[in-house]
Amino acid sequence: MAESKELQVKEKQEVAAPAEMTRSGLVFTPSVDIFETEQEMTLMADMPGVATEDIKIDLEDSVLTVSGEIKPWEGSKESDVLVEFDVGNYFRQFTLSDAIDQSRIDAKFEDGVLRLTLPKAEKAVPRQISVTAA
Amino acid sequence: MMTRSLFNFPVGNWRHPFAEMDRLSRRMDWLTNAMLGNRGLHWFPARVFPAVNITEDKERYYIRAELPGMKAEDVELQVTGRNLSITGERRIQPEDENARYYRREREGGKFSRVIGLPGDIDADRVEAGMTSGVLTVAIGKSEASKPKQITVH
Repeated sequence: MAESKELQVKEKQEVAAPAEMTRSGLVFTPSVDIFETEQEMTLMADMPGVATEDIKIDLEDSVLTVSGEIKPWEGSKESDVLVEFDVGNYFRQFTLSDAIDQSRIDAKFEDGVLRLTLPKAEKAVPRQISVTAA
Repeated sequence: MMTRSLFNFPVGNWRHPFAEMDRLSRRMDWLTNAMLGNRGLHWFPARVFPAVNITEDKERYYIRAELPGMKAEDVELQVTGRNLSITGERRIQPEDENARYYRREREGGKFSRVIGLPGDIDADRVEAGMTSGVLTVAIGKSEASKPKQITVH
């Protein structure tokens, strides 16, 4: 990134049709980056305020579910002065193609950002076939 | 193609009905507070990054902001008078240059914001911490702005 721009406030997006939740409260879709290289797909998700142990990543029938549960971070004696953003759990689902090697998925969580590495299955890695003259 | 296999991104702005009620009632509170000059609240949420939540207890003000992917040393804080300024830059690490993006919702950039607190603060009692992408600044209230219990005899 050569020129750095000014950051703007982005309203958190609530999940449009939340799946059945076991707890009440707001649910937001985390902002994600998804990119693909020859070897793997990578998914980065912003989930500030979630503790590492409260992140759940489920994979079932090639549907990848990422969710994070927020524990209240305000002390019980605090009262609101100004509220500009809401705090809630995170939830988002993705369908993976078969080209992902589901057994080698790797997840890291640092500073509120989840990084999921989804390695491609052998057959999906493009291969260069060189032709040699006879 | 893998593009087609990714689904379930937010559709429209449909909100949970109660969440909307909640928000509405909060906005109404702001309005009433602003009009009646309650507790010195004469300001509305500014659309300046980062969005902050401010709470208070008897001793302190707490200012919290969501700054995922940032470390404590990337944020600069300054206290002048009643104001707290937060400055920093969120950098999104560049990935492999051959990477093909399907979604790019996370944003990087510089930010700077000055937050005026409703009461006098003690610049010597400021604590700041960053835990999993959430910045918390606790600022001690000065003696004058602490609530005093008055006993009736």
